[in-house]
Amino acid sequence: MMIRAAVSKGRPSSVPKAGVSAGAGAVSIDAAGLETRELNDRLRELLLSGTKRVEISHVCGQRYIGTRLYTPERHQMEIDIRGTAGNDLAAFLSGHKITVHGNAQDGVGNTMDSGEVVVRGRAGDVLGFSMRGGEIYVRDGCGYRAALHMKDCEGKRPVLVVGGGAQDFLGEYMAGGVVIILDFDGESRDASFMGTGMHGGVIYLRGTARVDQVGAQVEISPADEADRELIEEYVSRYLERFPEVEMTKEEILASPFVRLTPRSKRPYSGLYAY
Amino acid sequence: MFTGSTDQARRAAKKELEAHLSRKFNDYFDEEIPTDDSVFVRDPPLLWRYFVLPRKEGEDEAMADSDYIVSQIMAVNTKIENAYVFSSGKNMGCFKGVGYPEEIGEYFMLDRLYRAHTWTVHGRFPTNTQAWWGGAHPFGLLDTTVVHNGEVSSYGTNRWYLEMYGYACTLQTDTEVIAYAADLLMRRQRLPIEIVAKILAPPIWAAIDRMDEKEKRLMTALRMTYGPLLMNGPFAVIIGETGRMVGLTDRIRLRPLTAATRGEIFYISSEEASIRLISPHLDRVWTPRGGEPVIAEMKGYEKGYEKGHEKGYERIC
Repeated sequence: MMIRAAVSKGRPSSVPKAGVSAGAGAVSIDAAGLETRELNDRLRELLLSGTKRVEISHVCGQRYIGTRLYTPERHQMEIDIRGTAGNDLAAFLSGHKITVHGNAQDGVGNTMDSGEVVVRGRAGDVLGFSMRGGEIYVRDGCGYRAALHMKDCEGKRPVLVVGGGAQDFLGEYMAGGVVIILDFDGESRDASFMGTGMHGGVIYLRGTARVDQVGAQVEISPADEADRELIEEYVSRYLERFPEVEMTKEEILASPFVRLTPRSKRPYSGLYAY
Repeated sequence: MFTGSTDQARRAAKKELEAHLSRKFNDYFDEEIPTDDSVFVRDPPLLWRYFVLPRKEGEDEAMADSDYIVSQIMAVNTKIENAYVFSSGKNMGCFKGVGYPEEIGEYFMLDRLYRAHTWTVHGRFPTNTQAWWGGAHPFGLLDTTVVHNGEVSSYGTNRWYLEMYGYACTLQTDTEVIAYAADLLMRRQRLPIEIVAKILAPPIWAAIDRMDEKEKRLMTALRMTYGPLLMNGPFAVIIGETGRMVGLTDRIRLRPLTAATRGEIFYISSEEASIRLISPHLDRVWTPRGGEPVIAEMKGYEKGYEKGHEKGYERIC
């Protein structure tokens, strides 16, 4: 039993093309009443016509924003979104920089290949799901199953940085990449099933983690010197993107960090062996 | 609701239902539910509403009115062909059908004819059974309604257990068992919602092992006693009651649910965007934890459950 897309049908789709207007260097799209496909068609047309910056206003639940923006010539665009971005924002994202001035829903960066997503708010469940490259920065917290099956791929190493906490099943079946959870709101302190089925990549969690909070395959160790250098680099990048965060780098880094890594690259190698 | 492929079949079901009602109830007023026939809906059933008072005779006299009404609903739904009761509240109405939610809303003229302090709306795409008017959400019994996104894979076990308490599952879809479980646990057994949530979505044994002794005993007892009411599979539900609304997901949150507040208004939805459509500005938005109910109570309707399971739920207002 599925719930139909909250937005997809509501108003008539006869919003004129005049919804697109050129501003100071950026093209504006008013997404009010636009269906998912119309909005993404518009973005693709703009990309192919050489547009470098797009501002989308009144976004409310439209899905897959930023997908289908691959070109063999690797055209690149910056997309600013105002409103609430719908599920699977930046799915299969190929380059490009997307900034959401608001909250995002589930599945941000689903199978994202490259580029950058910045969420000035919170994200829902399955953030960074199957992500294989690029970077995602979320100012506040996120829901369940962040970094589910995130992976390294052909020299790419995805990075996910979350300012708030992550709820249960962070890094489930994680196969590669870097996740940094700053846990400003403390939500991760009660989270369970972190790294369940994890067999690659690394999670850094600000604070501590108990054995009962992580999957059986996960090794908890304090972040060492090399880890802290990496963390510092990405905390700097996080703070550059969110100057509104009222913490300094020194304050953030003054806390302990733990590193979660898989004990084995093949946790299930013996499971079906006869 | 009277179904059937011909008008004659629907009228025959209505006649039979009314004969049943006249034996069991005093009918004070009845009418066809007003609809806007300019809205196209496919094969609408005959929809009729009855305002009745129980007329209990013989051994039924000992029954509470609410139990009597529930037993009569089950009798109608199982024994009278083509007649189903899908709304039975004193101060609650279910309006549902096959079509897009906005079409159903327009068909029943919800904006023109009704006012309420609590609204639940649901759009469903049936994946496992055929779409029909009785299978639409919400499912209601007396003043409690349930809408549901997900799949109750324990339906068979739940249904078998509920049948022992006189609930007949006739509406051909899994959500029905949640509505009847809520009625059994909350109305008949008077369990507080915090406990009911732990019956429907109990903590896993590993989590119970880590609890303090008192909580461990409680959770173990609940799992032992109410094992057949565990709702397995992914779900997010919203339970609506007089003066109260509860959101709950399965314990590992396999379906989304977002809660929000603006002033004294509480919202809960599968998606934040649908809340923002109604209230673009929100004071607080959050993702409830799996298996932990979010409870919003209207002022003046607080249910007064204070002691006991202190943590693990949030109370709004």
